[in-house]
Amino acid sequence: MTTPSDRVYSETHEWHQADGNIVTVGLTRHAVDALTDVTYVETQPTDTEVGAGDSIAEVESVKTTSDVYAAVSGTIIETNAALEENPGLLNENPYEHWLVRIKASDLSGLESCVDAATYDNDYAS
Amino acid sequence: MHESPLHAYHIEHGAQLVEYAGWHMPIRYTSIQEEHHQVRTSGGLFDVSHMGRVKMSGLHAKRLLERLCSRRIGNMTAGQCRYSMVCNEHGGVRDDVIVNRMEEDEFLVVVNASNREKLLTHFEEVRKAHEWKVKIEDQTMSTAMVALQGPRVMDMISKVSSEIPTLKRYRFTVKNLLVLKLIVSRTGYTGEDGVEVILPAKAVGMALKLLLKDANVDGAEALVRPIGLGARDTLRLEAGMPLYGHELGEDICALESGMNFAITLDKGQTEGEERFIGQDALEKIMANGGPARTLVGIACQGKRTPRQDMPVKIDGSEVGIVTSGCMSPTLDKPIAMAYLPADQAEVGTTVEIDAGRAMIAGEIVPLPFYKAPN
Repeated sequence: MTTPSDRVYSETHEWHQADGNIVTVGLTRHAVDALTDVTYVETQPTDTEVGAGDSIAEVESVKTTSDVYAAVSGTIIETNAALEENPGLLNENPYEHWLVRIKASDLSGLESCVDAATYDNDYAS
Repeated sequence: MHESPLHAYHIEHGAQLVEYAGWHMPIRYTSIQEEHHQVRTSGGLFDVSHMGRVKMSGLHAKRLLERLCSRRIGNMTAGQCRYSMVCNEHGGVRDDVIVNRMEEDEFLVVVNASNREKLLTHFEEVRKAHEWKVKIEDQTMSTAMVALQGPRVMDMISKVSSEIPTLKRYRFTVKNLLVLKLIVSRTGYTGEDGVEVILPAKAVGMALKLLLKDANVDGAEALVRPIGLGARDTLRLEAGMPLYGHELGEDICALESGMNFAITLDKGQTEGEERFIGQDALEKIMANGGPARTLVGIACQGKRTPRQDMPVKIDGSEVGIVTSGCMSPTLDKPIAMAYLPADQAEVGTTVEIDAGRAMIAGEIVPLPFYKAPN
């Protein structure tokens, strides 16, 4: 699966896609593969205020439990309910099945993210 | 990093490889949970070549193993396998092993990958201390080892060999494949029926072709599919089998693990039979009322997975720790094994596992969590 070029990537293996000040956050294929089968996803509830670098979700897999971090500050306005029912969707397509949407109060965190090619080369190899 | 003789096979079948005890091994090929179900309902092929295979032969081979192993070795017949602990002087566990008696003075000992080098040193030190005549040969790199496990495996193998399905549990036979020797034992680490096969590394391709000729490995209705170490762990955990580094270790008393059948405390009473290293310490523990802790199974509620080292609480006080945990694919709930004080380990006791940001509610249940139907 190729890493989509329509979003940016953090060193901690999240993707962020901004539409105005609404930022959708998910996990990369590299992260999901390292986790192995995802068994449970718990996101912070909607209306939670988060800062850049804060944990916005915990993902449990057969092998481990891992935090997911936001690169931007803002308020969680939506979580992906489909993942509660079927966490394995993350393994199927992590670029389609996002975790949370954040209404960003500050987008500057995205500047520390990198594009798909740089992510593949520097972080996911 | 060591590569298994099945390395090319793993790549060909799309394995995700990870480092495990110095070996590059497959953690999964597709999904751990799918692979788990494949073994419970049909059959799986596991590469376990990373496990150590140590041949001991010579005049005092039996005597050396009697000294090393917590179980009696002298009364084994050729063709028998025996699960045993190798203890330290304090009654802790250096490793858990399977001893295969090939002949009167020849044994093949299967040890954990992570303990292989430590044990080779230990074996040699004990041999040397007694000046026993034993040739100790590490055959790990020149051989491969695979496990075929699952309810449909023996039926499949019956097409290749009519003898193998007649083997009793913990027995093995040596099959000759042209000039190559295959050691096939009715053993495993999944809770399912099946065999483990030790074979020359260079014979892997031919042997797999023969053993899996009717398996339709890459088909939609495969009898047997390759299974990674991820599912091996969830399978053994459901089957209540201990794993070194989790339920067993140098600092964990061998008597606590519930593997009492593997500890024979009356060794050395007959003429010429050695007592085992650690026997004195374990006898003392028994004389003082037995081990302080017991290994228990815990069935949990919710969707969070208990993990190794999480504290276990009863009525709010910390009483023990989790040694292994997983989301059980067969039972569809989280399960764990944990060491608890012997007097607080009763089946039915309500416990909580502290997962940091959340508490996991559970109840002590009998081990194993899963038993294969006949």
